[in-house]
Amino acid sequence: MDAIKVANLTKKFNGFTAVDNLSFSVKTGELFGLLGPNGAGKTTTINMLSTLLKPTSGYGEVAGFDILKNRDEVRQSIGVVFQEPALDIKLTGKENLDFHAMMYGLKREERKRRIKEVLELVELTEKAKVLVENYSGGMKRRLEIARGLIHRPKVLFLDEPTLGLDAQTRRHIWDYIKKLNREAKVTIILTTHYMEEADYLCQRVAIIDNGKIVVMDSPSKLKDILGGDVVSLEIEGKMDSLVDRFQSQDWIKTVTSHNNHLSLTMEKGERKIPELINIAHENDNKVRCVNLRKPSLEDVFIHFTGTTIRDREASQNERNREKLRRRFRRRR
Amino acid sequence: MINKTAVYVLWLREMKRFLRAKSRVVGALAMPLFFLAFLGLGFRRIAIPGVEGGVNYIHFLVPGILGMSLLFSSTFAGLSVLWDREFGFLKEIMVAPVNRVSIVLGRIVGGMTTGIIQAVLILAISMAVGFRVSNIISLLGSVVFMVLIAATFIGMGLIFASKMKDMQGFSIIMNFVIFPLFFLSGALYPLDNFPSWLKYLSHLDPLTYGVDGLRGILIGISSFSPLINFSVLAFFSLIMIFLGAYFFEKSESV
Repeated sequence: MDAIKVANLTKKFNGFTAVDNLSFSVKTGELFGLLGPNGAGKTTTINMLSTLLKPTSGYGEVAGFDILKNRDEVRQSIGVVFQEPALDIKLTGKENLDFHAMMYGLKREERKRRIKEVLELVELTEKAKVLVENYSGGMKRRLEIARGLIHRPKVLFLDEPTLGLDAQTRRHIWDYIKKLNREAKVTIILTTHYMEEADYLCQRVAIIDNGKIVVMDSPSKLKDILGGDVVSLEIEGKMDSLVDRFQSQDWIKTVTSHNNHLSLTMEKGERKIPELINIAHENDNKVRCVNLRKPSLEDVFIHFTGTTIRDREASQNERNREKLRRRFRRRR
Repeated sequence: MINKTAVYVLWLREMKRFLRAKSRVVGALAMPLFFLAFLGLGFRRIAIPGVEGGVNYIHFLVPGILGMSLLFSSTFAGLSVLWDREFGFLKEIMVAPVNRVSIVLGRIVGGMTTGIIQAVLILAISMAVGFRVSNIISLLGSVVFMVLIAATFIGMGLIFASKMKDMQGFSIIMNFVIFPLFFLSGALYPLDNFPSWLKYLSHLDPLTYGVDGLRGILIGISSFSPLINFSVLAFFSLIMIFLGAYFFEKSESV
């Protein structure tokens, strides 16, 4: 059975199409990821599936309920951890959980038991009676994950669950997410723009760019598409003719160029490097730097969109910085 | 239809926040008390134009200051949706399986309680320094008017909140809505001295009937009969609550 079904989902804001004809489905029990740069439409998709935004057109179903016609049933079936903190900082951790449990109609006994359980799960039992304004970023995230689980949702939405957290806390959160999916059998759909996060966590990933799904499969299959190793070269000189030369070699599977960098995929990359340098020399190009690695989801992204996720975001950097600034102001 | 637990838990949240924000409570009480003290002392010996029988100005002023306190606290309570949006908590509320009517109701009941607690504190302080009411029943009657004033302006706050993206427009609302409503209401002076066009305008201000109603019931001086004050204010409060709920439901929470 599918936990989420989406068909031709579209959202437009004043003529700008944030989500463009999205179609996908997530199986019950799956850990599914939406991977893409900021502004790709991931959060908008989550907001529509969690009934906060009405789609412009298209159909969506969560836990068997229509996101437009059965909003209350959808709300009852899901837990959501939003990208930006959604806690009342003037309440304690436990009070935030109590608020949530009562809003979701849990009876007193069950409320007590569940709050105790989820606090233990995210290791916040000792901090339960501290006001949330004194929590660190990681603790807030964990509290929100705990809160999203109290009412035993069938589907859990995590929107950028580790955004702005340090590496250690990120690891911690990753382990919680895996554990949840494995032990509590919750279907999880998460959004991220961290390649390694999607790679490490998700059973299946949809790469999304400009509101559209570019490609969707398991991380290992996505990387297999590229085949073998990735060799990247930093080149001096004319690129176009060199790209043509590389493309005419049948042992080179894909060629993507990006500024003065070339990414080539091939089997046994380490043995081919000398030949690559020779070809470059024959074309009067100088090779400044060579790098060989196993393909990552980043390479998959470059392969399908022709740009890096960072460059895609660069155009929006100013906007993001503004957003961050606002977030920090808020925390003070 | 109405989810009582949800209304209760939203109310409970307001109470907790209210009790914890001691500085906010002190701040909210300070302005009306300063108005009361300085205007009351400054105009102590003045004869109030249009009011017979040597009523002390401070007695005339107390109901007006109660109205003022309610106007401010209730509008802010309605506008506090914007804070919740700013801090993200609104999403937590809106994604819960609770119908929107209950959410609006929880907010109204919460704002009403905190507003009335503040007004009652001001009334108690006034009585401690010499303000006298005719009897206990009039005290209870004044609470009825407080409820209606609070409901009206929470509704108004909700309407504004749903039309605004953030707190940027706050000072505009303060200067162009709240203060004019306050000055038009006759909280500080009898409206009889207004030129007639301004007097008509003041008749469109819900707070006029609130202040007049409070004055009538607390010190026995009023321009309209208690029944008129009550009915007009009840009418305003119903409309405002309905519109507030309607716009709140329509506005997007993200």
